[in-house]
Amino acid sequence: MVARANASHIGGALSMADLLAVLYSGVLNIRPEDPVWDSRDRFILSKGHSCTSLYATLALKSFFQIEELESYGKDGSRLMSHISHHVPGVEFSTGSLGHGLPFGCGKALAAKRSGKNWRTFVMLSDGELDEGSNWEAILFAPQHKLDNLVAIVDYNKIQSLGSVADVMELDPLADKFRAFRWGVKEIDGHDHSAIQEALSTLPFEPGKPSCLIAHTIKGKGVDFMENNLQWHYSSPKPDQLAEALRQLETEAN
Amino acid sequence: MRTAFIQELIIQARKNPNIFLVVGDLGFSVVEPFAKEFPDCFLNAGVAEQNMTGVAAGLASEGFHVFTYSIANFPTLRCLEQIRNDVCYHNLPVTVVSVGAGMAYGNLGYSHHAVQDLAIMRTLPNVTVLSPSDPGETRECVQWLSSNPRPSYLRIGKAGEPDLHTVRGIFDGPLRVCKGRPDVAIVATGSVLKLAMDLASEQGLEKCPSVFSMPLIKPLGKEVKNILQGFQRIITLEEHVQEGGLFAALCETLPRSAHSIHSCSIPEEMKSVVGSQDYLRIQAKLKEKLYDFLR
Repeated sequence: MVARANASHIGGALSMADLLAVLYSGVLNIRPEDPVWDSRDRFILSKGHSCTSLYATLALKSFFQIEELESYGKDGSRLMSHISHHVPGVEFSTGSLGHGLPFGCGKALAAKRSGKNWRTFVMLSDGELDEGSNWEAILFAPQHKLDNLVAIVDYNKIQSLGSVADVMELDPLADKFRAFRWGVKEIDGHDHSAIQEALSTLPFEPGKPSCLIAHTIKGKGVDFMENNLQWHYSSPKPDQLAEALRQLETEAN
Repeated sequence: MRTAFIQELIIQARKNPNIFLVVGDLGFSVVEPFAKEFPDCFLNAGVAEQNMTGVAAGLASEGFHVFTYSIANFPTLRCLEQIRNDVCYHNLPVTVVSVGAGMAYGNLGYSHHAVQDLAIMRTLPNVTVLSPSDPGETRECVQWLSSNPRPSYLRIGKAGEPDLHTVRGIFDGPLRVCKGRPDVAIVATGSVLKLAMDLASEQGLEKCPSVFSMPLIKPLGKEVKNILQGFQRIITLEEHVQEGGLFAALCETLPRSAHSIHSCSIPEEMKSVVGSQDYLRIQAKLKEKLYDFLR
């Protein structure tokens, strides 16, 4: 998709792919045949630029036909290069960072006030934690005891113009969330059983919102993309695409 | 106007269980009756307008009609992108309520003067922009919004403004609140309408211009062209900069060949002095400009 559209952001799409795989393989309570089923869990992608792996996940789960992925980023396509709520299964359009968690807080609060049992999951990037709006929401969620809210940080340690450590250090990130009164778990965000286990019991602590800090690798699964800032921007050339697909397929097998 | 707003919101909330009020840690001695009667549909989001607006959008996406409430530029400019992306782009029923329209909080200084908001809110998609002049118009706005939940902006004054007229029907277009000359009209939005009505009464009915109140700034109302037809000279009056507000809206809409349109507005560079709303209106020379255009 990224190569075909000559698009960017493959690195962050790959870093959260394993998280999406586990979320959409049993963690999220959803019905692909009824994307707006009232009791579904709400999943919000706040790092909207990483949309390709979510579009692919939704297509594989039959929210829409897989052939549509070929239109990604093309003239007239609804598959925008930042996640779009006009696509079945997508709750919320983002692209500007720092919008997903406040919106997710609103959804979680709506469920609380309406006595509904569904949960809200928000996928955040590490870079977007620079945004003040996120910290407003991180203060807000425990204040209102939103234990039906799960924030997942795709902590791949690289943001737009450099490493997180060099640009705006987040560590100790888990301590920050704990100090803000969240329940926190840290895992390897590519270890499927660890992800599954972490999300099998929610909330992490009674009466608190949950934060899953997933340590990930930007560009995971393709050796020349891994931990390489270049792949926040570049689109794979044909030979790079072939090599990337070969590596990913080898790993999958 | 803020009292009329909250009273009417309570009346509507008794009939409409979806109404939800979110305040940005403001509204002391105003919002308490609502909070007391509807605790499950009230929230103080703290001093955090970006999150407040995102939360409002999230609540609205689950069926609530959310009113966000704060002062001056805090619920608009501070969180403009949340209004643009989260509310307007997703076409969600959130009404942004700003108290202290124009220079209502005169002596609190420039930070508390909302004089660019109409221009900015008008450019957003799907949004209805309302700027009532008095408590009666405010009530009509809230009644209509309750029946027509949508992205919307309600710009109201503070407390103690008098009722200026009893004409209703603000969704058709400008309200003719003073029937004067058939060729010259003052069209005002917000509580500054009072200035035009005072001027009209000073001049006597035969000489005075017709005065219109125009709370509906976007869309302009289907009858605006018909209602203002025949008024060769139209003077707009607003507590807002000239760019992008009522003056601009009428210039964009009315046939230029049929009207000469003049703007009485707030100069972009106000002196850095404080004072009451009336004092600042004098500093802005609003009345002098009105007289100049009427000569």
